[in-house]
Amino acid sequence: MSYLELLKLVSPEAMVVITALLVLAIGLTSRRATAVTGVSSVRPPTRAAENTAVAGLCSFMAAAGLVIAAIAVFMLPRNATLFGGMLVITPLNSLFKIICIALAFSTVLLAASKNAPRHAGEYLAIVLLATVGLMLLVGSEELLMIFIGLELLGLSLYVMAAFDKSDIRSAEAGLKYFLFGSTSSAFTLFGISLIYGMSGTTGLVAISQKLATTSVQPLLAVGIVMTLVGFAFKIAAAPFHLWAPDAYQGAPVPSAAFIASGSKVASFVVLGKIVLIGFAPVQGSANWHALIAGWSPVLAALAALSIVVGNLVALAQTNVRRLLAYSAVAHGGYTLIGLVAGGRDGFSAALFYTTIYAITLVGAFGVVGLVRRETGGDDYSNFYGLASRSPLLAGCMAIFMLSLAGIPPLAGFFGKFYLFSVALHASANHGLLWLVGVALLGSFISLYYYLMVLRAIFVEKSAPETDRRSLSTDRFLQKLTVSVLAAAVLILGVMPDILAARILATVP
Amino acid sequence: MIAWTIYITVAGAVLSLLVPRVVARWMALLTTIAGLALTLVMFVRTPIENLAHFTTIVRVPWVPALGMNYHLAIDGVSLTMVLVTGISAVSTVLFSWDVEDRQNEFFFWLLLVVGGCYGVFLSADLFLFFVFYELVIVPKYFLIAIFGSTNKEYGAMKLTLYSFFGGMFVFVGILVAYVTAGSLDLGQLSEFQFPPHLQTWAFPVLFLGFAVLAGIWPLHTWAPTGHVAAPTAGSMLLAGIVMKLGSYAGLRVAMNLFPQGFQMWSKWIVVLAVIGIIYAAAVALRQGDLKFVIGYSSVSHMGFVLLGLAAATSLSVSGAVLQMFSHGVIAALLFAVAGRMIYRRTHTRELDALAGMNLSRILPFAAFAFVIASAASMGIPGFSGFAAEITILIGAWKTYPVAVWITGAGMVLVAAFTLRALKQSFFADKPEGVRAQEGRVALDPDWNEQDSITVAEKCGACLLMFATLAVGIYPKLLLDRIMPAVETMRFLK
Repeated sequence: MSYLELLKLVSPEAMVVITALLVLAIGLTSRRATAVTGVSSVRPPTRAAENTAVAGLCSFMAAAGLVIAAIAVFMLPRNATLFGGMLVITPLNSLFKIICIALAFSTVLLAASKNAPRHAGEYLAIVLLATVGLMLLVGSEELLMIFIGLELLGLSLYVMAAFDKSDIRSAEAGLKYFLFGSTSSAFTLFGISLIYGMSGTTGLVAISQKLATTSVQPLLAVGIVMTLVGFAFKIAAAPFHLWAPDAYQGAPVPSAAFIASGSKVASFVVLGKIVLIGFAPVQGSANWHALIAGWSPVLAALAALSIVVGNLVALAQTNVRRLLAYSAVAHGGYTLIGLVAGGRDGFSAALFYTTIYAITLVGAFGVVGLVRRETGGDDYSNFYGLASRSPLLAGCMAIFMLSLAGIPPLAGFFGKFYLFSVALHASANHGLLWLVGVALLGSFISLYYYLMVLRAIFVEKSAPETDRRSLSTDRFLQKLTVSVLAAAVLILGVMPDILAARILATVP
Repeated sequence: MIAWTIYITVAGAVLSLLVPRVVARWMALLTTIAGLALTLVMFVRTPIENLAHFTTIVRVPWVPALGMNYHLAIDGVSLTMVLVTGISAVSTVLFSWDVEDRQNEFFFWLLLVVGGCYGVFLSADLFLFFVFYELVIVPKYFLIAIFGSTNKEYGAMKLTLYSFFGGMFVFVGILVAYVTAGSLDLGQLSEFQFPPHLQTWAFPVLFLGFAVLAGIWPLHTWAPTGHVAAPTAGSMLLAGIVMKLGSYAGLRVAMNLFPQGFQMWSKWIVVLAVIGIIYAAAVALRQGDLKFVIGYSSVSHMGFVLLGLAAATSLSVSGAVLQMFSHGVIAALLFAVAGRMIYRRTHTRELDALAGMNLSRILPFAAFAFVIASAASMGIPGFSGFAAEITILIGAWKTYPVAVWITGAGMVLVAAFTLRALKQSFFADKPEGVRAQEGRVALDPDWNEQDSITVAEKCGACLLMFATLAVGIYPKLLLDRIMPAVETMRFLK
């Protein structure tokens, strides 16, 4: 294979990397206040204007680079395999590369800002590197490459979480996320090494062929559980979710949005591939009265626990970002049901659900970010009277929250219906009804706290003090992004076929 | 053509959000009148024999991979329910003519509820049906929590959570039916033979989920608090249409899909229905708040519907459908008088306080409307309530004579609480507490501007009174359309 051909196949990733470097270089040209003059307040106005221009250019470059990368994905051949599965191009992988790029794109738009943040170039470069991580993860069917993708993604996300140097909560978020994340990486690596020891290979297809002849031995069980634990950290499934609330609450809003969306989608794609391709012979069964050892009872337990813990703890929150974090735990649980059901239908239901969940959450974080800039916080009380201050944002938030709660005709409702019907279909004699029952009970509970958010927005009146800047002035770009995402949630709810059929067609 | 009721209403909802504030109510009125007009045209022009079967109107593939279709159909039962939806919707808008703030939002949520109800009554695909069914829940929350009165946030949340709780069971039932039969089409499902052991547990799950919305005892407590907390329009819609969604769905989906499960459980539904009728009537007798009286009366009247359904003769089920129509109209009228005509002007709904106001002289039209509504509610011959309840009782006589005896006796209670409310609110001769007043009521400082019943209110009330009288005098008008449709349903065979 010639290098030219290789370069063609990795052109989307290469595009994003080049853009990241370019953005970084442009960011470096912005002059900063010297250490002597101290903080930004004494910056001369001309310099501030210059920095704004540079930041704008960086955002533009990053967005343009992502668009080009998306186009490059479209130009890829339909199927190709490099180096025994290290880089695999299939319609499914290409579709999810596009989705990851789209999520990164909306994150970049949310991060774009008129009053220039410091180090805009560096921030965007890291977002782009994280995107490369996502694309590698999605595009690989080999354990080592998956691990490298995970690490690239993880390290970028730790920095993104801790990026706001002036905020102690951001530092806390970064540190917590880093400690938990690196522990989980260790688990994953340990699990992978055991699997390698058992099967003598790191390619997923080869692993499944090796495992087909063996039974579930203790060593294999440990390897599987360790690998799953590592991913459970990544998708914030209970009881490995403890980093999520602090990371979601403390990290800068675009970072939180990216952690909650892109990272989650890619993790589910990879987790699905590992269990459904690599561990296919040791699925086991999570059916009631017919439990068989394997990975599916483990995932079922994680799912049930996540749904219960996530929803119950979310009830007690008063901060919208923490609430979204705990609800993310619960939604991770719902998505896992698709993997537990297994098979082509189960995988595509899980992928559909996680995709619309990611879209919804980026939008919700977009609204939170705008409210935070306006009022300086993201508690319930900061949302009081949003309906009268900005009907557009209030309407979008209503769409996001109700979609998360699973109210038709929004995408979340169809996603849940799809997941649960697949779970019942897959199991003989309605064996997974118990899990579906838990999930339904969870979504019943969740309606309460989503309604509490909407109550703050629509029912409560805003506080009498009027020194708040009106939301209607600028932020056109962010508002546009949020509106487009809300429209997407609505359209995918009314016509779910445009995404569901596509995913179903690409899942092997 | 009747499918356009849904599209027009939803489009009207979106438009009323966008138009200038002052136009919003006209937008809503226009929308609801268009819906009613379509229904009436359909009602007059469709030959009766075409209404015996659930006839497809629209059928478009929606999500082919999962077998979902956008499938609407109509028969006599649906048409009756669509008609009552249209009538209630128009009168509801007329009775919310002077909502003061956030009109756009108000009419948006209102029309969304109406559109969802049209959708439920016309759906012939289980998924589509469930979409509309759940769609109705959330707008109610906003209607009550933003625009309601007494204890509104509690009432709104309670109502929403109860509905969603029921919806959860419905979800399980629908999933099980879908997965077992492999189809979501109501026509195909109602011919599919579900295994008996499945029916024995799936039927109660599904039916109970629906019955929560129909206010079955002991899961009825959301209804009175919700009705009281809601704005007048909200109570009218809730009692008038939304509670009927539950009973309609129980009939169309639960009973049709799982006939054997239904036979096994029907006697328990009868027990709950009879308890509901008597219990709610007894509670209504002791309420001090006029809206609570009406709220409990709704639960009692919905008990008749459940009794009619559970008795499972073609006469009793037809009576139940007729009662759904009749109660939709009567409850809307009762709530309109109590919430709009009385409360808006006196700012109280306490029966003791109202007794001192001599309202029959100040608000003669309101008194007239309330007398008509009460008479219909008590089941005086000549009004729709009588026609419906007598049909139910005669129909149920064959299968559950004891239940008919108890219910017949319980109707005395219904008459008692209705007469008490009527007397206390309008015709008290011995004022207590508050000093008797001639002419104007001093309790409300705004009184001067609205001392007479407005034209909009009169139109709305007349529409409802006309409906109850027309059906009461000539019930064949509806029964001719309902009976054949009921007789083709599977659970009767």
